[in-house]
Amino acid sequence: MANQRRDAAIVGIYEWPKRVDASVSAMQMKAASIRAALDDAGLKWGDVDAIYDAGDGDGGGGGLGLAAYLGLKPTVIDTSQVGGSSYEFHAAHALRDIAAGKAKVAVLSYGSKSATRRVPIGTGGGAGGGTWSGNMEAPYGTTLIANYAMVANRHMHDYGTTSEQLAAISVATRHHAMRNPEAVQAMKDLQFVGVNEITVDDVMSSRVIADPLHLLECCMVSDGGGAVIIASGDVARNTKKKPVWILGSGEATKYRENGGDITTSAGAQSAPIAFGEAQVSPGEIDIAMIYDSFTITVAVCLEDLGFCKKGEAGAFVSTSGIAFDEPGKLTLNTDGGGLSSNHPGMRGIFLLLEAARQLRGESTSQVPGAKLAVSHGNGGLLGGTHTGGTVILAAD
Amino acid sequence: MPNRPQPALPEHDTDAFWEGVQKNELRYQTCNECKEVVFTPRAHCTKCGSGKLTTKVSKGTGTVYTYSVVRQSRHPNFADLGAYSVAYVDLDEGFRMLSSIVGVNDPTTEIKIGMPVKVEFEKQDTGDYPIPVFRPV
Repeated sequence: MANQRRDAAIVGIYEWPKRVDASVSAMQMKAASIRAALDDAGLKWGDVDAIYDAGDGDGGGGGLGLAAYLGLKPTVIDTSQVGGSSYEFHAAHALRDIAAGKAKVAVLSYGSKSATRRVPIGTGGGAGGGTWSGNMEAPYGTTLIANYAMVANRHMHDYGTTSEQLAAISVATRHHAMRNPEAVQAMKDLQFVGVNEITVDDVMSSRVIADPLHLLECCMVSDGGGAVIIASGDVARNTKKKPVWILGSGEATKYRENGGDITTSAGAQSAPIAFGEAQVSPGEIDIAMIYDSFTITVAVCLEDLGFCKKGEAGAFVSTSGIAFDEPGKLTLNTDGGGLSSNHPGMRGIFLLLEAARQLRGESTSQVPGAKLAVSHGNGGLLGGTHTGGTVILAAD
Repeated sequence: MPNRPQPALPEHDTDAFWEGVQKNELRYQTCNECKEVVFTPRAHCTKCGSGKLTTKVSKGTGTVYTYSVVRQSRHPNFADLGAYSVAYVDLDEGFRMLSSIVGVNDPTTEIKIGMPVKVEFEKQDTGDYPIPVFRPV
């Protein structure tokens, strides 16, 4: 890895501990998380010179509104909003901006009150009409979950993937969640039926929300937030914790195309860019933090990132050992994921947070000696218009 | 009768499509310069950017590319449909369309990927526009 650059690193992290929290606003979550992440790094409020903001937080004004709310005057403001993978895009842009000398201390933040506000993210029906795309989609009532379910059905048709295989993702993720006290509390606060380890049979006997996806293959709807501090190499070498280096990143989009393959995601385009820049191969990765909106999202992205061949994710997740205490090479979603820890709507920041915890040795499902991680966000709708953001991270 | 959400018109890209639907026509476009099939409707070709497109009428036949059956929907317009299908249909002229498969007793078991289907224009309880849906043939 001698040729890999060390331009920027994650130096501070904070995850909002509660998943149902009526005591704060989403903007307050963002501000308090930023302060806590700066404390984690040993950096000060005034050190921040770059803000990346997806416009979450309900504060209005995107990055401008956030700067005013925080009371900061950054010289880099990036308001990329590409769905749940926005934070992987932000990390990519922070790396780029820092490498270009435009910033030294970059802040990514997230805050959402989806549970408190009872937002029916997955089942609320499709987009409204009145736009070029909305007028062609609104009459059909495609729920968000049904969009992903259409990918699952085609994957099963093309490759023989089964619901039992996909359920292995839910089982391993819950196993990790049960070791994470914040995830356990989340499931209690959200009134999960059975806050315990689950089996493939449990997944299969949970009700179908949109064929072929069962309830236990769908992420929760929670509150949540957090912050990530990314700093230049010279700053990172003097922060409190060991830096987690950003080795490479890739960004891509995908959408419905005539004759297109719905079982391949934007990750197939973003991942080779990221791995190439990082000079790392998928086989070297210890920890995969993959956006688990649904089981099928993970399956498709594992294939597109190169952890197995297209069509083989069903066998991979059900036989290779994806839990932290199984002998398999690749460990998946050790925080408990969107399936069992938190999903406030756009989960991408948590993929960075848990990857950083693993590479610092701080996870509740720690893989001993974890050196390389990938955080891959899938934003938007897997079976429609979506983004893929891939970030490769390395322990110091 | 169903009460699906209506398109909100006028809207520059989709006006002509819905005007066609009112005449029982399923319209799509091809590019005059590069021959690309363009759908959903736009004023430019998605392959070459040309603004010279020809609007055509599809025969309305195709196959189910993929589908799902929505068992839980919070959208008030779909509350009375029970479990309803959504599907991507590949039309024979080479475009893919989001729609719904109707005319089956049990959508959870009777819809199959690859199944041949044909368009029909489903009358709605309210609104000016029928909605193009597909029925197995």
